[in-house]
Amino acid sequence: MSGESTYNPRSGFAKWMDSRLPILRLAHDSFVDYPTPKNLNYWWTFGGILTFCLVTQIITGIILAMHYTPHVDFAFNSVEHIMRNVNYGWLIRYIHSNGASMFFLAVYIHIFRGLYYGSYKAPREVLWILGVIIYLLMMAAAFMGYVLPWGQMSLWGATVITNLFGAIPVVGESVAIWLWGGYSIDNPTLNRFFSLHYLIPFLIMGVVILHIWALHVPGNNNPVGISVKSKQDTVPFHPYYTVKDGFALTVFLILFAYFIFFAPNVLGHADNYIQANPLVTPAHIVPEWYLLPFYAILRAVPDKLGGVALMFGAIFILFLLPWLDTSKVRSARYRPLFRQFYALLVLDCLLLGYLGAQPAEGIYIVLARIGTIYYFAHFLVVLPVLGIVEKPKAVPESISEPVLGAQPAE
Amino acid sequence: MMMTRFGFKALLGTAIMALGLSAPVHAAGDAKAPAAMEWSFDGLFGTYDRDALRRGFQVYKEVCASCHSLNQIAFRNLSQAGGPEFSEAEVKAIAREYIVEDGPDDYGDMYERAALPRDKFPSPYPNENAARAANGGAYPPDLSLINKARGGGADYVHALLSGYEEAPEGVEMRAGLYYNPYMAGGKIAMPAPLLEELVEYSDGTPATVEQMSMDVTHFLNWTAEPELEQRKRIGFMVLIYLTIFAGLMFFSMRKIWADQH
Repeated sequence: MSGESTYNPRSGFAKWMDSRLPILRLAHDSFVDYPTPKNLNYWWTFGGILTFCLVTQIITGIILAMHYTPHVDFAFNSVEHIMRNVNYGWLIRYIHSNGASMFFLAVYIHIFRGLYYGSYKAPREVLWILGVIIYLLMMAAAFMGYVLPWGQMSLWGATVITNLFGAIPVVGESVAIWLWGGYSIDNPTLNRFFSLHYLIPFLIMGVVILHIWALHVPGNNNPVGISVKSKQDTVPFHPYYTVKDGFALTVFLILFAYFIFFAPNVLGHADNYIQANPLVTPAHIVPEWYLLPFYAILRAVPDKLGGVALMFGAIFILFLLPWLDTSKVRSARYRPLFRQFYALLVLDCLLLGYLGAQPAEGIYIVLARIGTIYYFAHFLVVLPVLGIVEKPKAVPESISEPVLGAQPAE
Repeated sequence: MMMTRFGFKALLGTAIMALGLSAPVHAAGDAKAPAAMEWSFDGLFGTYDRDALRRGFQVYKEVCASCHSLNQIAFRNLSQAGGPEFSEAEVKAIAREYIVEDGPDDYGDMYERAALPRDKFPSPYPNENAARAANGGAYPPDLSLINKARGGGADYVHALLSGYEEAPEGVEMRAGLYYNPYMAGGKIAMPAPLLEELVEYSDGTPATVEQMSMDVTHFLNWTAEPELEQRKRIGFMVLIYLTIFAGLMFFSMRKIWADQH
């Protein structure tokens, strides 16, 4: 897409098609001869891995929907029917349930890759914002998907999350009732969550297409963070990156397969194998691991509305990131101070994740407050100030220079 | 390159997060941690022990079934590969011992008949209210998924079944509650279900409390994860396939990238 098209239709059909709907040209220019910086490391392979995750979730999800019954009286048993009576139903369901965790694992690596190498900076702001939208949609899809098996955590997790909307002043209660389709979480809620859970992945697919489009206009960022200057800096996407992405994907699949076949329930919660019961509240209501940092932020704030505001704020702040980071240097390789704060942010997010799984009491609350404060301070104070006070290291002339000169970046 | 090392730490951290943080918070922190037992179904090549499954089924049938349903399991499952693997004739005979309601018949009446292999295990009580009324207000949970539905899994179920103790000094027990340190809160409405020689094993195994507890827990692990043997068998082949494929991809990548270095 960037630069001239190099597509040269050979067969008669390809020529015929090219003058009517140049979709083969689009594919060729996007995924075959697309000029890609030659220095991308393995952290760049997660885009392809994420595409794989999305497609896997859609395919397994469509099959699951053929056997699942979205009704409060039947949902739990229909999932067990899938596990026991449908041919390889257990495999399809375990791929889908663990696939959600793998999807988030990959997306977190992908996001933190972007944070480290400054992939959100000009001219990639729109690319970054589209990515944050995908992440938001993923969280909505995952949350609603977790409700569908209608176990205890499904019901009570959904209760906690939908009750958050009740914190909105004046209209909160009406909004909650509107979301539930009644006065509590019940069959109408399960029905609409199923409908939306089926819809959202296709919205994600649409935004992913925009995300790739927005990627292919400026082209990939890269580990040194400087723009492509000449043809020498790039290689064609195929076969160089198809094979590298393929290798990384296969290694990723080994981890994925380990969870599916040998630890399929480690990432879930035992209580979700108990059918939902509105009369029995679990001792601890815990979201899935990938939402824990936000759960910690929510509970760190003594005020309900404040907690909700900060929790959503923690995501929405990412939309502003391209303008909060005032440094012109993209890659953290040349930003010694930023690297320290980046490490702090990673630790902070892990700490918040840990705290999200602990009871909201005593020292855990204190730590969660400190963690929350640092999270926001990182984006609102550290990044704007660093760009002004930090003295970056010398940035190489071009991508080829550090590669050809074989000079380590450090 | 410092960067790469740093990056790996981030990946490691995320992996730890995936593994560690998701560990469910056990209900009420005051329960005693169950001892880790050795189960034949653990590990990469885990399989069920057919004899233990059959003995465990006997314990379920003669002890647990008087209060606990097993409503995800049909009699036919007992002859499935990867389970107790009773013969079809044995399954028919087992099913015949149970009465199930069927109908309506051509006159619109419900009727009772002997169970067939396709039927699910009938529940001991017609509904939850009846179950509570018969058990001092407590509801004996369905056991089909119990090993998956409790943190600690098989270890927990075994520890609970065989871990009853006298209530320690100072712990007041209301009538109808029994002391069990593995239960959250220490109090459980189920009296110690297993007593020495409560069942007579047809294979001559001495029916100690420990033995029956291990056997029935083994059986309940199968009811919770009937696919376990097939899953681990396929999983091992998948891992081998992926490892070889990753190797091929790695060398293909080296070859393709050779002209770029």
